[in-house]
Amino acid sequence: MTIDLDPKIPEGPLADKWSNYIASQKLVNPANKRKFKIIVVGTGLAGASAAATFGELGYQVDAFTFHDSPRRAHSIAAQGGINAAKNYQGDGDSIHRLFYDTIKGGDFRAREANVHRLAEVSVNIIDQMVAQGVPFAREYGGLLDNRSFGGAQVSRTFYARGQTGQQLLLGAYQQLARQIGLGNVKLWNRMEMVDVVTIDGRCAGIICRDLMTGEFTRHDAHAVVLATGGYGNAFFLSTNAMACNVTAAWRAHRRGAAFANPCYTQIHPTCIPQADDFQSKLTLMSESLRNDGRIWVPNDPDESRPVAQIPEEDRDYYLERIYPSFGNLAPRDVSSRAAKRMVDAGQGVGPLKNGVYLDFADAIDRLGLDTVWERYSNLFEMYERITGEDPREVPMRIYPASHYTMGGLWVDYELQTTIPGLFCAGEANFSDHGANRLGASALMQGLSDGYFVLPYTIAPYLSDLLNKPVPDSSHEAFAEAEQEARDRFKGYMEIGGTRTPDYFHRELGKIIWDYCGMDRNRVGLEKAISEIPALYEEFQNDVRVTGDDTSLNQTLEKVGRVDDFFQLGLLMCQDALTREESCGGHFRSEYQTEDGEAVRNDDEYAHVTAWEWSGDFTAPIENREPLEYEVVQFQTRSYK
Amino acid sequence: MSTTLTNIILKVWRQNGPDEQGRFETHQIPEISDEASFLEMLDILNERLFLEGKEAIVFDHDCREGICGTCSLMIDGQAHGPQKGTATCQLHMRTFSSGDEIVIEPWRATAFPIIKDLMVDRSPFDRIVEAGGFITAPTGGAPDANLIPIPKPVSDSAMDNAACIGCGACVAACPNGAASLFTSAKLTHLNLLPQGQSERYKRAEAMVETMDDYFGSCTNHGECEEACPKEISIDAIAVMNADYRKSKVKNRKALSRR
Repeated sequence: MTIDLDPKIPEGPLADKWSNYIASQKLVNPANKRKFKIIVVGTGLAGASAAATFGELGYQVDAFTFHDSPRRAHSIAAQGGINAAKNYQGDGDSIHRLFYDTIKGGDFRAREANVHRLAEVSVNIIDQMVAQGVPFAREYGGLLDNRSFGGAQVSRTFYARGQTGQQLLLGAYQQLARQIGLGNVKLWNRMEMVDVVTIDGRCAGIICRDLMTGEFTRHDAHAVVLATGGYGNAFFLSTNAMACNVTAAWRAHRRGAAFANPCYTQIHPTCIPQADDFQSKLTLMSESLRNDGRIWVPNDPDESRPVAQIPEEDRDYYLERIYPSFGNLAPRDVSSRAAKRMVDAGQGVGPLKNGVYLDFADAIDRLGLDTVWERYSNLFEMYERITGEDPREVPMRIYPASHYTMGGLWVDYELQTTIPGLFCAGEANFSDHGANRLGASALMQGLSDGYFVLPYTIAPYLSDLLNKPVPDSSHEAFAEAEQEARDRFKGYMEIGGTRTPDYFHRELGKIIWDYCGMDRNRVGLEKAISEIPALYEEFQNDVRVTGDDTSLNQTLEKVGRVDDFFQLGLLMCQDALTREESCGGHFRSEYQTEDGEAVRNDDEYAHVTAWEWSGDFTAPIENREPLEYEVVQFQTRSYK
Repeated sequence: MSTTLTNIILKVWRQNGPDEQGRFETHQIPEISDEASFLEMLDILNERLFLEGKEAIVFDHDCREGICGTCSLMIDGQAHGPQKGTATCQLHMRTFSSGDEIVIEPWRATAFPIIKDLMVDRSPFDRIVEAGGFITAPTGGAPDANLIPIPKPVSDSAMDNAACIGCGACVAACPNGAASLFTSAKLTHLNLLPQGQSERYKRAEAMVETMDDYFGSCTNHGECEEACPKEISIDAIAVMNADYRKSKVKNRKALSRR
């Protein structure tokens, strides 16, 4: 092991760790805060909330987004909700239960102390967001409403129609906008971070490319926070927005930040199936639909009758059959794999036989059309806009798609990466969700990191730098990093091949989806590991960028991102190959029970795999952080 | 299930930069599936342009599920095209017929200068929010979320207005290039809620006056409501105007000047 993977977990009993940490951490006094500059890259839930809070505290903040406005970040697309252990329904919820559900949902591959802290601050998030004016759904009495979500037996999910992510992001964006207006935060929009600068092993700043002019700029700071989202677009087809990419995290990795558990990717069970080859992205239908929809396929693969004429006895409600106690609300990974098994067995539905039915007919009979419509109208309308079919008349067709990535930059308890001074928050880091994330927990984690964790945990690092000179952007390391970035983009312009960046992205995505998607095995992963470098070589020789590099060029933006997806994609497969067990979103078909359930290997794999950059993308160095459980006992996840 | 549309003619606005002369460019789409989204059709066209060694058409887009508000486009003179309550990214080719000629332009508004081709600069929207589109609630000091019950109809109405995606269709559709629907939607969301009351009139004044620095004046045409992909009602504009008038007599800053 060549890098230090000390998680820096505070002393004391689990439930006291976070309060002990807050009580004993070093602080920066208010008059000194203005002496420190913090860069925040990304303005989604984690980035916007962190930048706004740093600004309120009095730090100098520079916030970067590649969008035209911070409000466009992909957090905005989250539909279902946000969990919090408020126990407003009096149904037996508690901080410990949310903690336990998250650890169990993550298949015992997350750090206990981080997850407990997340459950603790979840209650503050709801208070904070309501104070900001987020219009969460309410009961007629005026109090907040909750719904249940997959993987939990209590109702702890707060929601704002099917647009919870939008409302939370707009809340955080408005706090950020206030700080921008007050001059405490400087916003850099349409700027893409293309490298991290390190000096004497410490993060000293970043290099950006101005997407409008193609200019490269240097930005120094005392600390840098990456809140740049996940890497689900490695699969090409995913529910992520078109511009989501891994570049910021990957460039930090190449400068020394360990990348943890890249094989932990989440496949969301309820997305609209692909309609054709030209399709650019997949659309998610909120998991909340599973509260009332029943999932089924015809028993007969050659079924040709119209849906309404297929009698009950010829339908297989397979989730209800296999998992009687959780039924249609089985966790995401479990229900995704079940759908894949049905489609692989030829029982898929739709013109391409690539989906399963999600049927509301029973719910409409039981509750009436009006109630069902009130609950799901926006989702039904969205489905109809995309497919041209009305879910009130014919069942929806759904199929799993890549949706969220649990892996990411390795961080310690303070959310600091293995590069001192470089912090990582939200989906971009690996913490909290283990091998599988529960529904409505991503929004919780993003806001927890940004509002309630980083503002505390960044202070000890900064306090050590008080009144000490730090290198500024005139340092030669900045000049070198800028030149490297300049050369890299110039290089893309000069290849002059014959194919588009999209072509390579699509081909790469196919390899990763086929061999490192919902179902993985040694033979497939080895195949992917040999195919990716070959395709990468082709990419490096045959990709072409039209237009120029001194004005807005979306093709050039894309090619840099695809380049980084190649290197990450290989690491995903290597990580998946190394982890010889099935856990959460990582399912190795060699390690399953007779009825297709995941088999974990706690003796050998209860650790975080943190990969270190070696200089050669085909030969990463494996490091391990053992996971020690003090409170939770390992058990086999069962949702039967 | 899917059918193929044939022989669609696109007239697309091309412009190299903010100060350059623009022009319409004509492209033919010989065949396209009606399952394709409008933006996927442009993707396919861009791929073809690429193979011909030409520069791709620049257009803004991101989530492609109608929520991020990045996409734009005037399609046959209508902001976000012909389908009501639908952003461009969710518009599908089944809305069109074989042989159609489709004119594609960027948002038309003085406050949204063209950056390149079909992409415009909408940053004045951010300036309006920065001026007052928030509730001052610094991190950490919030009371319990259930302390203030909010009647469901109030909360629902706040949500109706909060659904704005900030795309700018309202401005593009307005003959005056006014941003009243955008500004009033945010204002109504916050001003309806109990949490928003202490800054209500200060907010109205700051947001309206910043809006007036950039955008044209509202004359109640109602085109904005027609174009809004989230179908936000122009009732919000009435709320804004009422609050703005009251702000002139009520807010503390104005009172202190008397």
